[in-house]
Amino acid sequence: MSLAFNTLLSLIIVAVAAAAILGRQAFMAVVFFIAYGLLIALAWLRLEATNVALAEAAIGAGLTGILLLVAWTRLRALEAPAPSPPHRLLQVLAGAGAGAVTLGLLAAISQLPAVPGLQRDVAEHLPVTGTDNPVTAVLLNFRTWDTLLETLVLLAALVGAWTLTRDEDWPGRAGRRHRVLPDGVLAQFGRVLPPVALVVGAYLVWVGGYQPGGAFQGGTVLAAAWIVAVMTGHLPAPRVDDRWMRMAVLIGPTFFLLVGLAGLVVGAFLYIPPGFAKPVLMAIEATLAVAIAATLAMLVFGAPEQGESS
Amino acid sequence: MTGWLLLMATGLLATIAVALWRIARGPERADRMMSAQLIGTGGIAIILLLAVAGEDWAMLDVAIVLALLAAVSIIAFAKSVRRVGTGDPEDDDHHD
Amino acid sequence: MIDGLTILLTALGLGFFAVGSLGLVRFPDTASRLHALTKADNLGLGLVALGVALQAPGVVEVIKLVLVWALALFSAGVAAQLIGRVAARRP
Repeated sequence: MSLAFNTLLSLIIVAVAAAAILGRQAFMAVVFFIAYGLLIALAWLRLEATNVALAEAAIGAGLTGILLLVAWTRLRALEAPAPSPPHRLLQVLAGAGAGAVTLGLLAAISQLPAVPGLQRDVAEHLPVTGTDNPVTAVLLNFRTWDTLLETLVLLAALVGAWTLTRDEDWPGRAGRRHRVLPDGVLAQFGRVLPPVALVVGAYLVWVGGYQPGGAFQGGTVLAAAWIVAVMTGHLPAPRVDDRWMRMAVLIGPTFFLLVGLAGLVVGAFLYIPPGFAKPVLMAIEATLAVAIAATLAMLVFGAPEQGESS
Repeated sequence: MTGWLLLMATGLLATIAVALWRIARGPERADRMMSAQLIGTGGIAIILLLAVAGEDWAMLDVAIVLALLAAVSIIAFAKSVRRVGTGDPEDDDHHD
Repeated sequence: MIDGLTILLTALGLGFFAVGSLGLVRFPDTASRLHALTKADNLGLGLVALGVALQAPGVVEVIKLVLVWALALFSAGVAAQLIGRVAARRP
């Protein structure tokens, strides 16, 4: 039965992925992409990677889907012409490249050592990491460097999105002002959803210390809370030069870097001494969650546009 | 019990696969988004079954997150109906 | 006994989901498909959630299941309104 489920799931995933890429219409591709994210989250659950499934559901299917929907709306408003299909040779090369990567991945996976791999080593050293969740231990202690770089990449993405603003629009409100009927369905939704999302997001960040969860997943849900509040007209979109927003965005990478530099004093960059591990890790998770929430929400809100006089 | 639950989950997977056809067929954007909604609800049901089958109740958090973000996706879709993307589909006075 | 109830409830839930999917595929226009989606699917989810709740190890899990279903119901209701509006705008 397990095999039947996994096989069917795998077939559906491949079909959806193909449909998302080969489709001619942009909106259809976006919806297929959202479906793809949901199915991949199910696949992660089957692989017993609940932490990753959580991240996929939140960021892959959820937030990226929202981002794509908003982007699609803007593109349609701009009446952007559809790009011409790439040169045939380029298509062949890309297809060959994708095929080669797939074969390489299959070869690599077939050579993976049998379970438990590195699980034993992680479990052995778990007590000194300051957390009981092995995934969090890997992300924030054994491989802190990678997570720090991911944080900086997120910040760079936001700055990159902001560089698309026209000079005359800078600085202004991110995106456009949302107008919503005050007693309508959207407004009601916006009154109920954000508090729930806030609680769930905070819970996810907290619980990441000992079961699946963490800063990325919780931060994304928190971002969703803010996005809903703005899209339903209950909060104005923040200005891109808003001090609080900028502080929120920067607090994650900054604190992370400070921890790294403090580690230099005691031993090496990003060294976290076992005695302080628990509070340091919790502080990193909290600041990271705030930063991720702010950055992702600002990415969805977009760059300042014309017509916003505040 | 585990076998039964996985059987139900497989059945749900099949119903999801049927909805995928509607994403491709359309013809309205609303039809496509509705199918995504169905996949979301079906996915939540599958997660609930998997949580029992695998005795991993932490999976329920994934279901909660899915439910939340599916809701937000619908809001983003509702916004996309107007050209400008900032209005309210219920607002008949402003047509952009 | 409990297991029997779980089996029954999840089977019923799957049945409703199947009916909902069938409606999505077979109904002639967007509005009627919306009916199939909103009512059948969420009832199916409720039945599955109830069946799973019987197997839950503690109160926290039951609360989470209730939360999942409540969220899904609420957002489905809102979604039906909004999608219905979007569909109605088309001539």
